[in-house]
Amino acid sequence: MRSPGVRARSAPSLHTPLRYAWVAAYAFRRYSTYRVAAFSATFTNTVFGFLRAFVLIAVWHARPALGGYDVADAVTFSFLTQGLIEPVRIFGGSLDLTERIRTGDVSIDLHRPVDLQGWWLADDLGRAAFAVLSRGAPPLIAGGLVFSLRWPPSPGRWAAFAVAVLLAVLVSFALRYLYSLAVFWVHDDRGVTAISLVTTMFFSGMIIPLVVFPGPLATVARVLPWAALVQVPADVFLGKRADLGAYAFQAAWAVALLVAGRLLTMAARRRLVIHGG
Amino acid sequence: MVDAVRTYLLLAGTWLRAAAQYPASMVMLIVAQAVVTSLDLAAILIIFAHTSRLGGFSLPEVMFLYGTAGVSFALADLTFGSADRLGEHIRQGTLDTLLVRPVGPLLQLATEDFSPRRIGKLVPTGAVLVLALARLDVAWTPGRVATVPLMLAGGYWIFAALWVLSATWQFAVVDGKQAMNSVTYGGAFLAQYPLSIFGRDVLRGLTWVVPLAFVNWQPALYILGRPDPLGLPVFFRFASPLVAAALSVLAAVTWRTGLRRYRSTGS
Repeated sequence: MRSPGVRARSAPSLHTPLRYAWVAAYAFRRYSTYRVAAFSATFTNTVFGFLRAFVLIAVWHARPALGGYDVADAVTFSFLTQGLIEPVRIFGGSLDLTERIRTGDVSIDLHRPVDLQGWWLADDLGRAAFAVLSRGAPPLIAGGLVFSLRWPPSPGRWAAFAVAVLLAVLVSFALRYLYSLAVFWVHDDRGVTAISLVTTMFFSGMIIPLVVFPGPLATVARVLPWAALVQVPADVFLGKRADLGAYAFQAAWAVALLVAGRLLTMAARRRLVIHGG
Repeated sequence: MVDAVRTYLLLAGTWLRAAAQYPASMVMLIVAQAVVTSLDLAAILIIFAHTSRLGGFSLPEVMFLYGTAGVSFALADLTFGSADRLGEHIRQGTLDTLLVRPVGPLLQLATEDFSPRRIGKLVPTGAVLVLALARLDVAWTPGRVATVPLMLAGGYWIFAALWVLSATWQFAVVDGKQAMNSVTYGGAFLAQYPLSIFGRDVLRGLTWVVPLAFVNWQPALYILGRPDPLGLPVFFRFASPLVAAALSVLAAVTWRTGLRRYRSTGS
């Protein structure tokens, strides 16, 4: 689908991986422009970290060792959750791609000498990198100043956590890419956005840790993809789960959902009719 | 005042008619909002699946707090929640459009895109409140019965004033909308729980600095016949209307100051 012309001929001179790196770097820069907005959002995340921590303290006060966590684990979980909100976009709905599909601008994206899914993945990784720094770290640091959190005992655990967060971002992206592509068929994205918000908030462990879900609900919630967003990275941070098992779970969902995204992209391409003019 | 209410209803009704052009979409959005609002209730129910008391409070008592906080917040969000779009209007220059119209800008902001979607918040919170009132183990004296509507009204008024303050704050910090979510949405979240679980220091802050303790906590202590963990005099149980009035004055004065000092970029 390459259009003829000077630009199209000069574009391949940039090696493909480098091209995606540029997209990611520019996304990082674009998102880092609105620092006051990021700061005020991270302030609220931190406040909610404290509020939810107090609720969890009351729960674990009544039931110590509930779900294999102790109070320190639960409080740490609360701040981890708030820190992960933006990197994995708990409230996020779909990608900016949604709007471009709705308006038809996506036809331009499909003409670019890059893969559509790859382009948006690179964009999202750049966004997530800035989100980890600006929105991820502050709630944890603030929580650590007031409570004694369960910090990883070694640099190795931090590295393991970093891998789990990266995989969480991949799963999150793969899900949001599917939500966006749904607009090719349903046109009004608000229904999809609402469903994604409810499922993400509830099944990620954001509302309450999955370890306290009762019986069958817990079994179901722990195998759904949303568990890969918050609960699994938190378990890796707290050392509650074998790293390889956690990675395998996250990677399996990431691959399955990314492949689903590719198949849906192909179907959408066949569906899209571009009028000239 | 009567004029303002009439204008408010006219503008809100216009937006409602617009939303009702797509009835299926409107119903779906209301249902979706009801489900999102129920998530906090799900958390409370999961907690009480593991314990019969939270911070010394039983499930019906916590449901009473969830219901009263939720109904107050839902009504305030419905009627004033969209005021916090002020920052977007300033950034895009559209506040100037509001200023040249013959209706106060706060009225226009509050009714903007008046969304029946927010009615969805009233459904689960209202239902839980009714259920909690039926299940509460309380000796219903006339004083206690009368306190229920008063606390709902006081809570509504406090949240409404906080929404206006949230808008006012954006005159100073245009991109700062999300920071004020910590008192609006944060307030709605914490008022669902017995405030005693947040510890005495936070409780003092919620009484004297950001007076969210008067949304439902103080009157609920009276209705549930519980001692105040801070040992404040009985007068505080009934102080919600006073606090609401004081907050409204603060909101009105700062809003006017902010509006007077607003300088359009002219572009």
